[in-house]
Amino acid sequence: MTATSAPAQPPTRRPVRSLGDRLFAGSATGAGILILLLLAGVAAFLVVQSVPAVTAPADSIPGGEGIVAYVWPLVFGTLLAAVIALLVATPLAIGIALFTTYYAPRRVAQPLGYLVDLLAAIPSVVYGFWGIAWLAPHLVPSYRWLDEHAGWLPFFAGPASATGRTMLTAGLVLAIMILPIISAISREVFSQVPSLHREAALALGATRWEMIRMAVLPYGRSGVIGGAMLGLGRALGETLAVALVLSVTSGLVTVNLISSSNPATIAANIALNFPEATGIGVNALIASGLALFVITFAVNLLARAVVNRRAEFSE
Amino acid sequence: MKSSMKPRAIPLTLALAGSLALAACGASNERGIGSTGKSASGGSEQLSGTLDGAGSSAQQAAMTGWAAGYNVQQPAVTVDYDPVGSGGGRDQFVAGGVDFAGSDAALADEQLQGALQRCGNDGVFELPNYISAIAVVYNLPGVEDLQLSPDTIAEIFSGAITTWNDPAIAADNPGAQLPGTAITPVHRGDDSGTTTNFTDYLNKAAPSVWTNPAAGTWPLQGGEAANGTSGMIQAVGAGEGAIGYADESQAGDLGVAEVRVGSDFVAPSPEAAVAVVESSQVQPGRGPYDLALTINRTPDPADQYPIVLVSYHIGCVRYPDAATAELVGSFMGYVISAEGQEVAAQQAGSAPISDTLRQQAQPAVDAITGG
Repeated sequence: MTATSAPAQPPTRRPVRSLGDRLFAGSATGAGILILLLLAGVAAFLVVQSVPAVTAPADSIPGGEGIVAYVWPLVFGTLLAAVIALLVATPLAIGIALFTTYYAPRRVAQPLGYLVDLLAAIPSVVYGFWGIAWLAPHLVPSYRWLDEHAGWLPFFAGPASATGRTMLTAGLVLAIMILPIISAISREVFSQVPSLHREAALALGATRWEMIRMAVLPYGRSGVIGGAMLGLGRALGETLAVALVLSVTSGLVTVNLISSSNPATIAANIALNFPEATGIGVNALIASGLALFVITFAVNLLARAVVNRRAEFSE
Repeated sequence: MKSSMKPRAIPLTLALAGSLALAACGASNERGIGSTGKSASGGSEQLSGTLDGAGSSAQQAAMTGWAAGYNVQQPAVTVDYDPVGSGGGRDQFVAGGVDFAGSDAALADEQLQGALQRCGNDGVFELPNYISAIAVVYNLPGVEDLQLSPDTIAEIFSGAITTWNDPAIAADNPGAQLPGTAITPVHRGDDSGTTTNFTDYLNKAAPSVWTNPAAGTWPLQGGEAANGTSGMIQAVGAGEGAIGYADESQAGDLGVAEVRVGSDFVAPSPEAAVAVVESSQVQPGRGPYDLALTINRTPDPADQYPIVLVSYHIGCVRYPDAATAELVGSFMGYVISAEGQEVAAQQAGSAPISDTLRQQAQPAVDAITGG
């Protein structure tokens, strides 16, 4: 930032490289390389530790049907919970971002922005307790209603859980957890829409909503997508809140969101089963961890790519 | 009583949790059965060193109390207990990683072979030192005294009975007003000794309905799952019409069902839990100090409650190292003493073992030798 605002004076000679400069440059480079080494080390650890589970006979894996049958329902559950969270949180986050940038009076907008950001500071275990102790019981009547009136949809096939500890509850808790990430990034992007675009839209007779639709949303689209991907990354890896909220049936793959029987998520499954796992069971858990590593890595790469593309457009 | 003590004596009182009154009769018991002075309550010699144990997480609370209480008598001995779970504890013991294991189940045959390899010809001891009743807890407003027969419990947990006004439940509860609420059976989602003992009970007491053998992980697919005892209590408390199983001392405000024993219905209590363990058979052919029990799940007398969790301490009768043997013997002596059992009852809500069981266990403790 300071480099671009400084007066553009081409250097006339090579700057003197003092010892301090070289030390700093070296340690900075070292830190960067260390990150790469750590990442490679973690990946290597996961792969090496997963091999015994992949090569082991199928009946020694928990569940007795091999590593694929063990990991696949977990991957499915992880993606299902994260997608629910994303579907709920993204529209909400865009609404919050638009409200704070274009609708709310400045006096209200700023505190509201801080408050939403504060949601990110609440520890996930607190969300978990809130989810299990407050949200889940209060959602039970809604689940009963969904079961009765929308039971023909496979998502609401029921029978409705009496405790509310369902996949939908877990998804809603996750949605609230990723809300601040998506809304913060969306807010930044929306506030950077060039005023020329906005004024042009208004000058053409657009209402405020039309201005947002024609000027703000197209400009901010890739930024919002990038924010949503970062949120997705957090939802995929979230452990404690899901572990507390979800009632799990191992090995199950179902899209039924409101019953007591739900697939587990990878992170929660590891947290719950590692303390008492022994032998090949540990390797199976690590193999599921490798799957999560690959998924989150892919999601984050995708997010970076989308965000970077936006950066190129907006320069 | 407290006000008459010096302030620094209060932590001691808390650690022993009011068990001082019982300590005296514990000592007299041991004299009565001819202890060789190895029991910690004798306090004849001061030991030092570290004792390593691992295993059952159900024992963790009791073990905290035992370690603290034992430390009062043997300040130079550190007792480390890693609650890795019963299976992990047994594995570590067989592999020689720990001096003793805590386990919610006795050693299986192949593990017993491994343990014998570790311990040598003198064999292993398995002492049922931690007993607690497992309550069938339910959340059904308006129904106070639920009574259930084994077959009904098995049908509820297998999903054959789906509403509370089912004729089978009504037959167990003549005259009770049962609502038509749907039943939500809750099981433990994690691997648990409570589940092992509960499914063993269902398998033995309701063999025609429940055909799955005892297992630490819930054998059926689907249904509401909760993690840990606290998760179970939370889930049953949150769901109207829910029913589950949990340590009797943790039931709290939940309804506790009386279970059919013979022709009566019995509520879980420490006394009834110990009574059923007393009436259980020691598994034959496992060595003189191996008190692995086949728990009697179908008792007749109305003072016995069959859904109990029995957790063992497993160790070697002969340790290669004399100092370790002395530590193990001394600590086990404390654990089975009336004082030790009372500490566990205060800390973990377990049922103190009876004098009869103590008399069975004492020879095993006395037999622990080293060298």
